[in-house]
Amino acid sequence: MHLKYESTLREPLVDGVKDYHKVTEDIIGPIEAKPGKLWYVGFFISLSLLAFGAFSVFWEVYFGIGVWNLNRTIGWGWDITNFVWWVGIGHAGTLISAILLLFRQGWRTGVNRAAEAMTIFAVMCAGQFPIFHMGRVWMAFFVLPYPNTRGPVWVNFNSPLLWDVFAISTYFTVSLLFWYSGLLPDFATVRDRAKTKLRKLLYGIASFGWTGSTKHWQRHEALSLVLAGLSTPLVLSVHTIVSFDFATSVIPGWHTTIFPPYFVAGAIFSGFAMVQTLLIITRKILHLEDYITIGHMEAMNKVIVLTGSIVGCAYLTELFMAWYGAVPYEFDTFYKYRAAGPLGWSYWIMMTCNVITPQVFWFRKMRRNIMVTFIMSIIVNIGMWFERFVIICTSLYRDYLPSSWSYYRPSWPEVGFYLGTFGLFFTCYFLFAKYFPVIAVAEIKHVLKTSGESFKNDMTKYEQESADKFAHDVAHAH
Amino acid sequence: MAAKKFVVGCFDDEAVLFPAVKKVRAAGYKIHDVYTPFPVHGLDHAMGLRETSLHTAGFIYGITGTTTALSFMSWVFTTDWPMNIGGKPHFSLPAFIPITFELTVLFSAVGMVLTFCYLCQLAPFVKKHVFHPRQTDDKFVMAIEVTGKTGADELKNFLTAAGAHEVHEQTAETGWWLGRFDREDRLFNEQPAPLNA
Repeated sequence: MHLKYESTLREPLVDGVKDYHKVTEDIIGPIEAKPGKLWYVGFFISLSLLAFGAFSVFWEVYFGIGVWNLNRTIGWGWDITNFVWWVGIGHAGTLISAILLLFRQGWRTGVNRAAEAMTIFAVMCAGQFPIFHMGRVWMAFFVLPYPNTRGPVWVNFNSPLLWDVFAISTYFTVSLLFWYSGLLPDFATVRDRAKTKLRKLLYGIASFGWTGSTKHWQRHEALSLVLAGLSTPLVLSVHTIVSFDFATSVIPGWHTTIFPPYFVAGAIFSGFAMVQTLLIITRKILHLEDYITIGHMEAMNKVIVLTGSIVGCAYLTELFMAWYGAVPYEFDTFYKYRAAGPLGWSYWIMMTCNVITPQVFWFRKMRRNIMVTFIMSIIVNIGMWFERFVIICTSLYRDYLPSSWSYYRPSWPEVGFYLGTFGLFFTCYFLFAKYFPVIAVAEIKHVLKTSGESFKNDMTKYEQESADKFAHDVAHAH
Repeated sequence: MAAKKFVVGCFDDEAVLFPAVKKVRAAGYKIHDVYTPFPVHGLDHAMGLRETSLHTAGFIYGITGTTTALSFMSWVFTTDWPMNIGGKPHFSLPAFIPITFELTVLFSAVGMVLTFCYLCQLAPFVKKHVFHPRQTDDKFVMAIEVTGKTGADELKNFLTAAGAHEVHEQTAETGWWLGRFDREDRLFNEQPAPLNA
């Protein structure tokens, strides 16, 4: 039985006087209204970015990967940096929807839908980079272990790059299933209150004929719980495997055992920053301040300062090990070519954005300040992009042979490709914000009577009665 | 599929619904189903539904994935096309762990979702009867089948006494059919037509 009591000391998750119908109106309402001017502007900017990205990718496929500024020394540049950056961003969504579900963090209900959507779009963007990095992209299916006429020569199951194929595709599939199964009841809500035929038709198809039967809810709950249980190790494994792409190689600067936890923490760090960026705008434009409260943002800022500190510790550990390990190549990588050298500036951008600035979140006032949070979320994302750039490029550009030392700056198709993924991401997000319930309606209703502000006042009567009586009543309810 | 006659009671609050479910069951009426806008914990027990075995199915799909991945990779690297990769052993179990794990999760998740959709009979273009348009919004809707022995009027009064704020009779298909929700459904803002009056 669901506990009916929650301490009045806890901040409400839903502000204002609400009942179930009001929740539906607030969250489904924007779907039924015409989008505002800002939506169109944003959507068309995203679409044009997407078009430019598509053109850049076309250019790369048509002329070959030589149009990128990669060279023999720096084989991975912006493409893999962007890949890791986007995958990392995705991790916050699964953390919110899965890990926080297992830890019974009530505040996840307000933000999980949008965060999961962000995960899916981010992973879609991430996937583009390794695929087009292949150069001859029409042979991308060679990464799949299918019986072929070349022997069959199978893929190398011992290779971290192949693990990545499995990890990213599994991650995408499971996130999509998790997200969509949660959307079914909410689509049914939109369907049943639809006033136009087209909406009724489309949401009818999308809702799979959901009716809200008790047995279905029972199975739905079981499904969500198990999917959360599966996603939890999955999300940790995905970035672990991404870090294996580097850690299993013998490049100084990559070959370290702290990579998996360091990458996972970094992924969650950047992912939460992106959730903040998106939700601060979404809550404002869709007037969802009652559901995505300052309390939600504070909770996420706490995660940011925690994971940011883990990342900071990892940076210092790397520096320490480079000195303590007494390997001259590793020492040089860190102290001569990363913290100094021609690309040294990127290292210090990373340090400033990821380690120094997030420390403002030790102060409650800062955590609860929307403007500070928004600016910080952008800074963190810039910092985390540079982290990947630093790891990839500053480890590569000074290799064992000084004659092949090189420098790297991207060419326009590389930049265009990156901008194009922003286009893809935001096009998807704009469509999501317009046509999908941005907040999990059913889940909000589920917590409304314990965590809603207007219901919190009734909790005082429980606080006055003895604990024994309360425990007895809960145990014998129904 | 057969059209059956139901008495439908709508409740405003889950706190009223629970005792009502108890009373209805105690009185010997057969609850067809209760439709709620969100999962009401404990309602399944109150209605006497058994626990779902979906978890077990998920576990079975999971170990199927584990076995598939492990046996396939071992077969490829030891039997079908043994490759010398830096002199490492052909059967390199530690290197198989990541893919084995991913396939375990993938099989389990995909299998469970498909099983969920099969058990609940959910799919695109599937249509089911919606007893009340607000059962996915804010109403808790109890449908009780009217059989030869059930007195419909008596049952209506019973439900009203149990706290239902709206009670009516409906004839409805019990199963699903392929259909569109924009056809032959009354829209939300229209008044309900008199049903079998």
